[in-house]
Amino acid sequence: MPSSILAHYPYRPDSYDELFGEDGVRPHWQEFLDHIDEVSADTLKARSAQLSRGIQQNGVTYNVYADPRGTDRPWSLDLLPLILPADEWRGISAAISQRVRLLNALLADLYGAQTTLAEGLLPPELVHGHKGFLWPCKGIQPIGDTYLHLYAADLARSPDGQWWVIADRTQSPSGAGYALENRLLVSRAFPDLFRDLQVQTLAGFFRGLQRSLGSQAPSDGEPPLTVLLTPGPFNETYFEHVYLARYLGFPLVEGQDLTVRNDTVYLKTVSGLKRVHAILRRLDDDFCDPVELRADSALGIPGLLSAVRAGRVLVANALGSGLLESAALPGFLPGISRHLLGEELAMPSVATWWCGEEPARAEVIKNIKDLVIKPTFPGGSSEVIFGDQLNDEQLDALTRRIEADPSAFVAQELVKLSRAPAWSGGQRRKLMTRAMGLRVYAAITPEGYSVLPGGLARVAGVDNTRILTMQKGGSSKDTWVLSDGPVSTFSLLQNTIRVDDLIDETGTLSSRLAENLFWFGRYGERCDAVARLARLSLSRLSEGRRTERAGALSMMLELAAGAGLVEKKVSTLPLAKAELDLFRAVLDRRSDSGLAANLQRLTWCATQAREHLSLDHWHALKRLSAELESARGRVSDVSALLEFLDEALTTFVSLSGFAMDNMTRDMGWRLHIVGRRIERLDNLSGSLARFLRRHVDIAGPLQRELAVEALLELCDSIITYRTRYRAQPELLPAIHMLTMDGANPHALAFQVRMLTNYLRNFEVDGGDLGTDELDASFSALQDFPWANLEAAGPESERAEATLELAKRLDDLARAGRTLSDRLAMRFFSHVGGAGQATFAA
Amino acid sequence: MTRRVPYTIIHETEYAPCGVPVSLAQHLLHLIPRELPWQTRESGGITIEPDLARLSEGEDAFGNPVAWLSLDTPHDGLLVRAESHVTVIGRPLPKAEDSPEWESVRDSLRYRPEPRDADTLDALRYLYASPRVPRDTQLAEFAQAAFKPGLPLLVATRALMELIFKTFTFDAKATEVSTPVHEVLKKKRGVCQDFAHLMIAALRSVGVPARYMSGYLLTDPPPGKPRLIGADASHAWVAVWCPENGWVEYDPTNGIQPDVRHVTLGWGRDFQDVSPLRGVILGGLAQVPEVRVTVIPDGEKAVPRPAA
Repeated sequence: MPSSILAHYPYRPDSYDELFGEDGVRPHWQEFLDHIDEVSADTLKARSAQLSRGIQQNGVTYNVYADPRGTDRPWSLDLLPLILPADEWRGISAAISQRVRLLNALLADLYGAQTTLAEGLLPPELVHGHKGFLWPCKGIQPIGDTYLHLYAADLARSPDGQWWVIADRTQSPSGAGYALENRLLVSRAFPDLFRDLQVQTLAGFFRGLQRSLGSQAPSDGEPPLTVLLTPGPFNETYFEHVYLARYLGFPLVEGQDLTVRNDTVYLKTVSGLKRVHAILRRLDDDFCDPVELRADSALGIPGLLSAVRAGRVLVANALGSGLLESAALPGFLPGISRHLLGEELAMPSVATWWCGEEPARAEVIKNIKDLVIKPTFPGGSSEVIFGDQLNDEQLDALTRRIEADPSAFVAQELVKLSRAPAWSGGQRRKLMTRAMGLRVYAAITPEGYSVLPGGLARVAGVDNTRILTMQKGGSSKDTWVLSDGPVSTFSLLQNTIRVDDLIDETGTLSSRLAENLFWFGRYGERCDAVARLARLSLSRLSEGRRTERAGALSMMLELAAGAGLVEKKVSTLPLAKAELDLFRAVLDRRSDSGLAANLQRLTWCATQAREHLSLDHWHALKRLSAELESARGRVSDVSALLEFLDEALTTFVSLSGFAMDNMTRDMGWRLHIVGRRIERLDNLSGSLARFLRRHVDIAGPLQRELAVEALLELCDSIITYRTRYRAQPELLPAIHMLTMDGANPHALAFQVRMLTNYLRNFEVDGGDLGTDELDASFSALQDFPWANLEAAGPESERAEATLELAKRLDDLARAGRTLSDRLAMRFFSHVGGAGQATFAA
Repeated sequence: MTRRVPYTIIHETEYAPCGVPVSLAQHLLHLIPRELPWQTRESGGITIEPDLARLSEGEDAFGNPVAWLSLDTPHDGLLVRAESHVTVIGRPLPKAEDSPEWESVRDSLRYRPEPRDADTLDALRYLYASPRVPRDTQLAEFAQAAFKPGLPLLVATRALMELIFKTFTFDAKATEVSTPVHEVLKKKRGVCQDFAHLMIAALRSVGVPARYMSGYLLTDPPPGKPRLIGADASHAWVAVWCPENGWVEYDPTNGIQPDVRHVTLGWGRDFQDVSPLRGVILGGLAQVPEVRVTVIPDGEKAVPRPAA
């Protein structure tokens, strides 16, 4: 009986349809189809929405360089999985496992004896003309003779049902992390089906990779430390780096987090150098060592190659393995397979002609209309060209380009991609079909290569697209491989951890990450203070100078000038000038102490420490930066600017809330909080000192009262004051509250108390940090003769005491800055920019 | 009788003290002359000041002697001093007229699915573009002024060398270490490295394997003046592969074919493979190291340069 959902199924007999064949629905889809036929359209819609929410909540993104939405586009995932039956999968799996064995053997040959070149099985140009052939790696024998620890192949299925390899990924294959995330989300959308269909699980594959990196790593008896090396947050698959690092339990590091000493790689952590035994890299190999590879690489680790050569570190995949990413290679693999393995290639590559071969070129030019033309080597500027989409003139031009530099071009047969069902998202629960390709993965395990039972299926975004790339708006699918035996319920979360595997929480926090978290704290606090000051100054400004409240205005402007938001001599300048300065301070990045500049610094630190921050942090900051951008063009009056500042303040307050609620209380968190406390200590003692110096000049009790009120407002303590004293603001109680009250989070005593607490924790594992200055200057404040500030006392004595207090506050601010420097020396001392590369003749 | 010329070579590279310490320095040195049928290395070695560095020696993938230097003690100022005692032996020049037509050499190197001998395989490493040597039609056109149809390979190569020697101006100020070949071609000025790169690029662009030779050239002090310490420089020239003769050398900067005045350090695809010193330093100021080279035939003396 035909399934109702299939009533409108757009079956196309000219392609292979994954779900539907000449005899109707393919048997391995039947149960799935029955299920979605049973559930209501609304249920499917709800599951689809749940899927999108999951993507949002987990922060699954894919960076697209040219995307106007910036570097953060949500990952695109279809509700329906691709389903493959067990017997078909066995064939695919065997073929992929053979192919990765072959490619590994080929790398060993090309970086060793080069018998394939001597036998004429592979054109030397494809090796010596390939930028990916890293000469300094020739002759290096990788640990365990493994070049490829993780490998991916892009497969496509032709109309007759045959699978073909379209491309090999040998450098640092991406997408396995997305495949994991897809599995998590899609299996949650169909929990019963997922169980009933006995879908093969993915965790064992990753466990195998993890184990083999650990066991191959030259650990000299130490528990092996494996890190995941990323080019950084601007890479298109950064999400995946973060995700895999967490999933595999490897610290995520950038090149500058590692250093090579004595042919040994170390991670620069807050507690010193920690030896690294294995590096799973997502950085292209030619960027990995500026001493011997690309000198212009700021992302690499100087000296890495020496460590590799000395066998002191495992790099996965081995440096130089990008060599096999060439569109021309597949055409030569059958012969190479016979030579190196003595086996016939189990899965064919799509028919490929390298134009560097005279007869092949002639053939290509004759049939150019039916072929796909690709650059021979990756990284070139030329795109993939479909011959049948060109007019005669364009075909001529292409022919001329090929004739001029034939070896730069490869022609491939055009494979008519198979089509997979996709969820239309519509109310009528109609299915669509989309052109599809499948990326499959293999990893080395102590028992040999294993193939991920699943993969990343990619579907074209628009109905007719032939190119499957996430860069160009395609979507992805989970891949369900069915089993005919019991399914392993093993999950990575269940593997047993021995005492040796226990992780010291401070052990692997890199100095760079720690420094960024510290400054994320400081800039977060600084932004808050600047926004508050600007908001108060602006609202006082709008009241004007001639009112009876002028005392508050002149005090605010004094403080704003002290903080670098308005010009120093502002009290004697027209108000319009002060207003202009404040607009600039808030919106213009060139105003160095202003909000825009500090927000930019804050965002930079957040980007660098992103793996440590919650998504809430991230989204709040993104939103605020976007608002600032739009405010810059839009805001012209004071009330609009005030509105913007209100929003900004809400964001800063919630950032500090997220830090308290959502961050793990580890070393990084403590440094973040210490950063906040130090910044507030510095900012508050500075403001108080400036306030006091100005206060002695203010005449008249009303004006003084107004100035004190403004200060309380600035320090967010007006309510505390009123509930405590139920009186008009006066100097002594206000200042005393803002300095000595250990319970008021806006008081100096509170900052000092918190700092002392957190720092005591640090001192346990690294000797005395030296808080002597802080203790001494705070004691000096405690010993201050507060009685001399009493309003009833003689005027001259009060003025003298006020100035003395200001001096002691300056001392405290200085002590805070000394402490900050000392923290930097202790924890961030290994942070250093990229080195400078030199060539000397 | 075979001519044998013994030399002492002193090659110093110095990062002067600048007041800002360097915390980590890692370098790859190609400063030890390669042993060759026409060159023996009697003694020599590399010394580092301050004497805190780790130095290990080995061979690179091209068979050149290399040393890796790593210094992770903070230091201000670094001196790398290589001293070598070598003897260069005279060798006969091949008869250029007897070499095969250049087109036949080019065609014999095109890919065919059949076995190759080791010599040809070696030559094929130096036929394609490399980091500092592009290959394109513009460079091929430049070469074709010398590579006329039907010419013997070594005749055409000699003509190309002379073309560069005669139409390009030596100008130490015209270029930096990393001048792209096309800029050199456009400006018609440069230093030995530039001319070597240009000649290699032109040769490879017409399908002839060529490699970059790094080393030294014995210079003559002005008549009546003494030889000065540190007055020389490292030098670069070109070797071309000819099936009958192996690698034949040409010096486009001087318009001559190297004999006993050229001392070889090593070779590679281009400068980047055999740069005498390349590396990364962490800290310090953005400094360009100073290089001082002295090439002295044994029995002669060199005197210090008078203070400027």
